[in-house]
Amino acid sequence: MVNHDMSLEQLDATFGALADPTRRAILARLGEGEASVTELAEPFAMSLPAISKHLKVLERAGLITRGRQAQWRPCRLEPTPLKDAAEWLQNYRRFWEESFDRLDEYLRDLQRDPQKEEHEHGPEQ
Amino acid sequence: MVQNSNTATTFTTPSDREVVMTRVFDAPRELVFKVLTDPNAVPQWWGPRILTTTVEKMDVRPGGIWRFVQRDPDGNEYAFHGEYREIVPPERTVSTFEFEGMPGHVVIETMTLEEHDGKTTLTETSLFESMEDRDGMLNSGMEAGASEGMDRLAELLHTMA
Repeated sequence: MVNHDMSLEQLDATFGALADPTRRAILARLGEGEASVTELAEPFAMSLPAISKHLKVLERAGLITRGRQAQWRPCRLEPTPLKDAAEWLQNYRRFWEESFDRLDEYLRDLQRDPQKEEHEHGPEQ
Repeated sequence: MVQNSNTATTFTTPSDREVVMTRVFDAPRELVFKVLTDPNAVPQWWGPRILTTTVEKMDVRPGGIWRFVQRDPDGNEYAFHGEYREIVPPERTVSTFEFEGMPGHVVIETMTLEEHDGKTTLTETSLFESMEDRDGMLNSGMEAGASEGMDRLAELLHTMA
């Protein structure tokens, strides 16, 4: 799947980069538009060097690029590798595991309170 | 009730193009089948909690189409669709699964339900078109496992061995 010219190392780098909540949050923020390191660091209780380290991982994985201006090097999301590989690949297994967890809870609720089904099936929002 | 046996999802790779997931639910088979094939129930269980799922189409009969759209808190949408190939209540369904973000990579999902002592074992077999498709998925699964700690990874590798 994915592009056939995409190397395994690239794939590993992509998944390695995505396996961290801070980096996922950074990517989500960059999804709204480019940002500086300082802006990206704001929501986290983390030093700028720590954030820079995360950005290097993301940059090496090809998930972001950084501008060349000396002072302010805006980070920008590179959506292609994410779209091609990460979303589905990384989430497939978790997807089903979490779905089964939810199904388990839902079945328990239904059996505990058969009326619940009726409530759940009320008008759509 | 033995909590552990109910909450664990096992993963095995019986052939080079298949991944099998097994999970035991503390509910009779008829109910599990009903919930799995009920469009109104899908948003309650299908996919990660953080995403909201909308059922656009769910025509549960051979040749029928399903299409679900998920939205994340930022408003991004992820759509999935497929076709039902076999529907045998309350024991088996065969359908295709395709993520629209990666068109052309069709997974054939065979789901079977077996009941023992009031509990239902759900077995879902994902048949990938190619070994590359499957390995890509497995590699990513292991990567996700690694991020959750070595115990989890060891367990995952063990079940896949």
